[in-house]
Amino acid sequence: MTETLTYRDAIRRALADAMRADPDVFVIGEEVGRYGGAYAVTTGLLEEFGPERMIDTPISEQGIVGTAVGAAMAGMRPVAELMYVDFIGVSMDQLCNQAAKIRYMFGGQIGVPMVLRTQGGTGRSAGAQHSQSLEAYVMHMPGLRLAMPATVADAYHLLRQSLRQPDPVVFIEHKSLYAHAEEVDLSAPVPDWGRAAIRRQGRDLVIVTYSRQVLYALEAAETLAAEGIEATVIDLRTLNPLDFATIGAEVERTGRAMVVSEGPLTAGVAAELAARISEECFDYLENPVLRIAGEDVPISVSTALETASVPGPELIADAARRLVA
Amino acid sequence: MTAAASSNTGLEALYRQMRRIRTFEERVGELFVRGESAGSMLHLSIGEESPAVGVCTAMKDGDTFTTHHRGHGIFLARGADPNRMMAEIAGKETGYCRGKGGSMHIADMGLGHLGANAIVGGGVPAVVGAALVAKRRNSGAVSVAFFGDGAMQQGVIYESMNMAALWGLPAVFVCINNQWGMGTRIDQATRATALHERAKAFGLAAETVDGRDVREVHAAAARILDGARAGSPGFLAVDCYRFFGHARKDKSPYRTPEEEDEGRARDPIAFARAALIEGGMAEGAIGAIDDEVAREMDASIDFAIASAAPAMDTMFRDVYAPGEPEPEPLRTRIDRILARD
Ligand SMILES: Cc1ncc(C[n+]2csc(CCOP(=O)(O)OP(=O)(O)O)c2C)c(N)n1
Ligand SMILES: [Mg+2]
Repeated sequence: MTETLTYRDAIRRALADAMRADPDVFVIGEEVGRYGGAYAVTTGLLEEFGPERMIDTPISEQGIVGTAVGAAMAGMRPVAELMYVDFIGVSMDQLCNQAAKIRYMFGGQIGVPMVLRTQGGTGRSAGAQHSQSLEAYVMHMPGLRLAMPATVADAYHLLRQSLRQPDPVVFIEHKSLYAHAEEVDLSAPVPDWGRAAIRRQGRDLVIVTYSRQVLYALEAAETLAAEGIEATVIDLRTLNPLDFATIGAEVERTGRAMVVSEGPLTAGVAAELAARISEECFDYLENPVLRIAGEDVPISVSTALETASVPGPELIADAARRLVA
Repeated sequence: MTAAASSNTGLEALYRQMRRIRTFEERVGELFVRGESAGSMLHLSIGEESPAVGVCTAMKDGDTFTTHHRGHGIFLARGADPNRMMAEIAGKETGYCRGKGGSMHIADMGLGHLGANAIVGGGVPAVVGAALVAKRRNSGAVSVAFFGDGAMQQGVIYESMNMAALWGLPAVFVCINNQWGMGTRIDQATRATALHERAKAFGLAAETVDGRDVREVHAAAARILDGARAGSPGFLAVDCYRFFGHARKDKSPYRTPEEEDEGRARDPIAFARAALIEGGMAEGAIGAIDDEVAREMDASIDFAIASAAPAMDTMFRDVYAPGEPEPEPLRTRIDRILARD
């Protein structure tokens, strides 16, 4: 059935469907129940699932993430929520020293099948502590899975898939996508967990990206197509697992690659991907792999500075044009 | 209005300071409605004027402080220039932080403001550090952390209070208990609602004061600050009410109108006004204060709107110290790489 859904609706639907299907799934976080979520993602879920499965917490991020770790070890499937990814630092020990390492440290006895839902990115003039893209912190940490949906269908399916994983998954939404609406058929097949999606295919270069930058890359690809430049746009969907097979094949076919990420450039996701492409596809490359990423600065509250400090469609198109020239 | 001028603690002066805060916050709301604010994450302190004014008038020049995300009023009571504050809230270069920080990140080292914070509890431990230095250097200064009731459930607050007590630092922890943290009422966040008892457990001098009468807040704050200055850190919870939504867009559907009416009836400004009239002040004289304040705050909107947005190249400034190399802009880097062959 085709319907018009927003990214926000799709996440809410995924949570509701997962909770209906599995009584062990529950949500725990700040303002998730009565308030309905700071970005209205969980609106209405308290009414259906009650306060034992939609647990409103005090402002205690270490406690929220740590409680989810323990509940997952004890056999349930918590979805912990951090209102903003910027608060990940407050809970970092529970996430990186506990959740990420328990399976390994304890010799494989037990896993931590929890999902940490959060949102990041720019677009609301929310300032330096509410606009960051911190996925590199997560991608850097062995033991954590990382999903970042760009499309409405993926907002739904990646979250359902995350809730079937045996290990902790950090699920980062983009705050500027919540109102993004698409015609979707949620019963249509989607790629498996860990597989990237080729959103558009072209002969001249590959743009590898994820989250909101997928939409920007597609916009850029549209502009480029009008000029006769055909770009492939790869939506990674999950950064861990990373579907390098799909990236590699497209790079070998086109010989040019550009990686786009909203997070800061240095030691970021784009750096990792570019290094890997350079190592593994060296013989096929006609140009250096170009990283397009956020400036190496904090995000300003000033809308003008905020917008200029992260990539957009024009920058992507401009760089692509010159890369293939 | 300088910090020194704000140390006039007669009721008329306290009333004027509280009125300045309320009118400023109303103008912030107006700035938003006119589409001139940087974003909508604007947390107004209407209803919480007495903790700001009562505590800040007990502070001295040289004292330092940090605030939470609802800190406009506190900084105004410490002598902020409303023009530069409004400009910061609009994300303009004439603002206190050159339009980079915004409503939740206003700071001014000259007035001892070590920074507002958008991380709940994030600004509290800095006060321990500032108090440590004050003690080491014998400066006589106190450092005051302002935060909300919601922050009382963050672990960092307890690490901070414990260290301040352990080392006998001139630190004061002020909890502005407006009863709500977003949509969570204090009794939905904790069973231990007598907040000052927690501080006592660490060995701090601790009190809770009703925020309706700003004079009582001031008196309690003066006691706690005097103690801290003498090396005995303290904690003060001020009971008040968040009159409106959490941020500019929140209509508080999770509260009943009855509760809101009751909360707003605890208005510290109405209370002070009634006390002034009872003390013989003419309504017209109070109205004259209100009018004067309104003109001051209207001007802050005009100033903010007339100010320029920060120049693009300021994006790379102040990531590191002046004179240090700035981060290379992405476009420069791309030009360099693609020009290579
Ligand atoms: C570490 C952290 N967690 C959550 C938030 C989101 N948040 C911002 S303000 C707020 C409520 C704070 O309540 P309180 O401390 O009582 O201050 P008030 O808003 O009432 O002034 C929350 C949950 C945040 N900014 N930082
Ligand atoms: Mg509060």
